[in-house]
Amino acid sequence: MSKYVIRQVLILIPVLLGISLVLFTILAMAPGDPFEELATNPNVPPEVRANLRAKFGLDDPIAVRYLRWFVSMMKGDWGFSFVSRVDVDTLILQRLPTSLFILGSALVLGVIIALPIGTMSALRPYSLFDQIATTFAFIGFSLPTFFTGLVFILVFSIWLDWLPFIYRADISATGWRWYWEQLRQSIMPIAVLGLFQGATLTRFMRSAVLDVIRLDYVNTARAKGLSEKTTVVKHVVRNALIPVVTLLALQVPGIFGGAIITEQIFRVPGIGSLLINSILANDTPVVMAVTFVYSALVVLSNLVADILYGWLDPRISYR
Amino acid sequence: MDDHGIRELLGEVRRGRLTRRAFVQTMIGLGLTAPMAAQMLASAGVAQAQTRAPAFTPTRRGGGGALRVLWWQAPTLLNPHFGTGTKDLDASRIFYEPLAAYDPDGNLAPILAERIPTVENGDLSKDGTSVVWQIKKGVAWHDGKPLTADDIVFNWEYAADPATATVNIASYRDITRVEKLNEHAVKVVYKDATPFWFDAFCGNRPIIPKHLFAAYKGGQSREAPTNLKPVGTGPYRFVDFKPGDIVRAELNPAYHQPNRPFFDTLEMKGGGDAVSAARAVLQTGEYDYAWNMQVEDDILRRLEQGGKGRVDVWAGGGVEHVQCNFTDPSKEVDGERSSLKTTHPVLADVAVRQALNLLVDRASVHEQIYGRQGQATANFLNAPSRYRSGNTRWEFNVDRANQVLDAAGWKRGADGIRAKDGKRLRFVFQTSINAPRQKTQAIIKQACAKAGIDIEVKSVVASVYFSSDAANPDTYSHFYTDLQMYTTNLNAPDPQSIMRQFVSWDIASKETKWAGRNITRWRSEEYDRLWKGAEQEMDPVKRAAMFIRMNDLLIQHVVVVPVLWRNGVGAAANRLRGIAQSGWDSTLWNLANWHKA
Repeated sequence: MSKYVIRQVLILIPVLLGISLVLFTILAMAPGDPFEELATNPNVPPEVRANLRAKFGLDDPIAVRYLRWFVSMMKGDWGFSFVSRVDVDTLILQRLPTSLFILGSALVLGVIIALPIGTMSALRPYSLFDQIATTFAFIGFSLPTFFTGLVFILVFSIWLDWLPFIYRADISATGWRWYWEQLRQSIMPIAVLGLFQGATLTRFMRSAVLDVIRLDYVNTARAKGLSEKTTVVKHVVRNALIPVVTLLALQVPGIFGGAIITEQIFRVPGIGSLLINSILANDTPVVMAVTFVYSALVVLSNLVADILYGWLDPRISYR
Repeated sequence: MDDHGIRELLGEVRRGRLTRRAFVQTMIGLGLTAPMAAQMLASAGVAQAQTRAPAFTPTRRGGGGALRVLWWQAPTLLNPHFGTGTKDLDASRIFYEPLAAYDPDGNLAPILAERIPTVENGDLSKDGTSVVWQIKKGVAWHDGKPLTADDIVFNWEYAADPATATVNIASYRDITRVEKLNEHAVKVVYKDATPFWFDAFCGNRPIIPKHLFAAYKGGQSREAPTNLKPVGTGPYRFVDFKPGDIVRAELNPAYHQPNRPFFDTLEMKGGGDAVSAARAVLQTGEYDYAWNMQVEDDILRRLEQGGKGRVDVWAGGGVEHVQCNFTDPSKEVDGERSSLKTTHPVLADVAVRQALNLLVDRASVHEQIYGRQGQATANFLNAPSRYRSGNTRWEFNVDRANQVLDAAGWKRGADGIRAKDGKRLRFVFQTSINAPRQKTQAIIKQACAKAGIDIEVKSVVASVYFSSDAANPDTYSHFYTDLQMYTTNLNAPDPQSIMRQFVSWDIASKETKWAGRNITRWRSEEYDRLWKGAEQEMDPVKRAAMFIRMNDLLIQHVVVVPVLWRNGVGAAANRLRGIAQSGWDSTLWNLANWHKA
């Protein structure tokens, strides 16, 4: 097992290296630079922009720039944003808590929805409950989050005027009021992401339970005279969770990806919106760092999923 | 009107027969900017009008609660010397102040200066090579240290140092020296006569404190902690800043103007898009002010029905215009198209350009597309007023365009497209991707078809179109098409830099990596002479006449076809007062006076 983990971690290195090389080249070849606004401003002579480009090393050949980035990255220096002239790690750390809060809550919400509904559907397949749950699940994961986000804003902010649609990372209230405000502004982004996750997970949960419920040991449990509740909770759900937990780990990067757009819609200052703004501003160091974090996340979640699977199901062994 | 006529008018103002305002409006009619007209009056010995300060009613400092403003592009840094976009400059203006700001009429309004320099009070030298700024006494930085002449001197040293890599170096590098006369006065000495002496230290070039930045001049400029935690003199002081997201500030209890500011806290949230920002102010009332409402007027009107806010419109200096290419975009010479060694086979004929000018239906573009976002115009150089130019006028007239083309020998072919000597009137017309621009293209294309001109429209993604990528043929500065359209903004109250885009030594070409300003590649000795003259001319009357002439040359020769003079548009909560937006300065130039009724 530990050999397997070590091998996987070692494979990580060339993978991340390849990803960074491709990303850097694409970004470097894309048109524009962070000083675009200076170009259309007649009061700023072109030399000013040329000087800034030279100072930030944007005129060097791509290979040189990549090497420079790579060497400092190896030393733990993520560089600084061309736009805000702030260190990139500071920027990311500033935004990470907000992202983790929203994404974590959304994931929890998704699980809370998916577990009971998926199990219930599978216990009584093709019942009225199952039909309704399946319909909603299909709607849920067919609608993209940017669409549900806009619908939520329209209904809850504009028609009903219940919830604010602009998220503020630091609310200037204290005590209970802070929690109330935080809850009000978080409901919509969390619900949009959580419902989407929940819909997908419900389908997984349903099929996992359906697989397990037909197995012999479930019949044995029932034959032993165990109550239905004990049978379902201890024998069915527990075993059905094995593939679902792995899937959950595999889905984490997907959630981060989906959050990029949701963060933009609700103006949540997370790393997703940081990524979008940096792309729009051609802020290469920040784009590199954020995408690097994302790709590391994808690779790591795959590893975690593998390990979890082996740990939950002793029949699987890695060599 | 020549400079004699203007002098007579000035005399009448001095004798009280003509009001200041009427004079300024007349000058605007001639295609001058209001700030220039105001400067003309100042140097002719007519006192500056009192800045038309909007009524400020609160009788004590604070008590106004929270002010929440929304910028849909988030500020990313808070050092005004590094601000690449208006968002950064605006956010910096919460904390930092200039010596003088530009008010809506284009007058200088003293902020940190005790008074505005003029020739009469002796602060401005007659030859325009030096200016003395008297600094207001008793102004303190947010950390309690006093503002002194040393700070002003330092700002020049800091910004003019190429190693600091400021974006406003152009405003400071032509200064020979800044002398400290005493604790509260500095003398700024220029290399040459400088008619636009109110550039450095004014408007969006506010003053930063020496005691916090002195150690970070030059190469280490990026490391100054104060870049992110500003300490200024402004009405609100720093609380918190998250780049790309939010700026928070609180009332400055020691602000140098009495009873100001009104609000206890200020929050500037950034990010998102313009439509939802408009919605947050006009429809749901979550925010008090939203900046730069680049939203179609129809949508704004619908949102306004929410009743929580109003759309705030003011005149700016931007002009949406169509440019004619004077070189041949289809012929490649020495590795570049639109080379100076060629001339455009068709557009070189002035009759064709005149016909184009008659075929741009400015009224439809204004009414059907931009609404309150702009005004139809015949001038390239516009000013903050609703009055039209006297020298130039525009007309939409398909019949006359047809006559002009007929007279010049352009005959319709079998397919209805005109041709002469085997050259057909067929143009590629490019602009950036932006719904109003595509609609404008369609309107022009339709009218041209009626006059036998075939237009092929092309639209380029804005990030490519406005990029400086020398390898990309689709940028606006390459101009590899026959016609193109975009907006040039006059961000400063002086037209010298905007008019630079037609001088013959600054042509965008392969040699300069297309960094030159002159994109039409039009060349005129008279224009060059006028521009050079205006750069040094200290007599505002003569200088004004020069700019009028430059504008008229552009229009007469149809180098460009001005379409729309753009307005600034914001969204404000109904109760918000004292905004007084100026087309020349930051959206927050008057922040100290913002209050709620």
